[in-house]
Amino acid sequence: MAAAPVGMSRFYTILGVVAVVGIGLLGYQLSKPATVSIPANVTIQPSDTAGFRGYLKGSADAPVEITEYADYQCPFCQTFATLQMPTIEERLIKTGRLRWRYRDFPLQQHSYARLAAHSAACADEQGKYWPQHEHIYEGQAEWASGDAADVFRRYAREVGLDLAKYDACMSAGKYAGRIQASYDEGMKAGVSSTPTLLVSGRLYQGRFDSDAISRLVDSLAPRAASAK
Amino acid sequence: MMARMGAALMSLVGVFVSAYLYLYKIGRIGTLACGTGGCETVQLSPWSRFLGIEVALIGLVGYAVLFVVGLVALRPGLAGARWPVALLAGLAAGGTLFTLYLTYLELFVIHAICRWCVGSAVIIVAILILALLALRQPREPQAA
Repeated sequence: MAAAPVGMSRFYTILGVVAVVGIGLLGYQLSKPATVSIPANVTIQPSDTAGFRGYLKGSADAPVEITEYADYQCPFCQTFATLQMPTIEERLIKTGRLRWRYRDFPLQQHSYARLAAHSAACADEQGKYWPQHEHIYEGQAEWASGDAADVFRRYAREVGLDLAKYDACMSAGKYAGRIQASYDEGMKAGVSSTPTLLVSGRLYQGRFDSDAISRLVDSLAPRAASAK
Repeated sequence: MMARMGAALMSLVGVFVSAYLYLYKIGRIGTLACGTGGCETVQLSPWSRFLGIEVALIGLVGYAVLFVVGLVALRPGLAGARWPVALLAGLAAGGTLFTLYLTYLELFVIHAICRWCVGSAVIIVAILILALLALRQPREPQAA
């Protein structure tokens, strides 16, 4: 009987070592700043797209709607967002002539595009989508070379997001399905590059300026009004 | 006694594996150390919940129960008793069946393999085998 207590004490020592190592590893994982990645090709659930058809800007009564399929890491999208969009917003959106619908189309070759889209989606959860969207585009050169998750988190703080909620949203990849659904819809519509505009069932690809958009809206507005 | 010890030890390892997956699922850990990317696909799929409960949480509770039963089976007064080992084997058999179902989902429905889930599958099968071995062992004499 003398051997049993010795064997048991050795067993409890091993158990203790396993417990300490396990708790230590979990503690280390919890203490690490969250490095976030947003998976592609996730299974889309009905809740991912329920009631969601892109991020809207402008009046619901605007006669023309443009859907933009864009990628946060695409240089043309960045130029369009930072140089042309402010004018489009002033001239067309704020005046009630145009409604803008932004949809994510993260290209495979852009390693941070999906993360950027997800960061904006998490900001949307707190009613700050557009400020985060603008920060991400304006800072493209800063985050595209690395540390994107940290830079997006700083933007989140700057736009006034609750960082605990933001971190939880990002770490959980909560909107991975929504982003994938947006990408899939773009593919189905025939989008193959970014930015692509979908206007009255037609796709417009390439570079755009605010004047071209203005002319497009002018040409469509009477038709849209008569169709109402 | 060795088989009972092994089952308890494996249950504790299972607790940590499922705790790791659950902490990821609730957003407390940024990325899973996975390598293939299959872990995130599996963990973010609709099948990562069973009857509305996170599968990782079911695993965490399950392994915790197995661990407690494993420790009970090691109590000196119960060294000769078969019921704790029978309970351990029964629970491990249920866990193995559930793991088989989850592995089927990974292979044929989700089409992605999570290495941590494979690790958990190995652990639960090992617990079952150890519990069955403990059941087959002859009764040890009770301590006077």
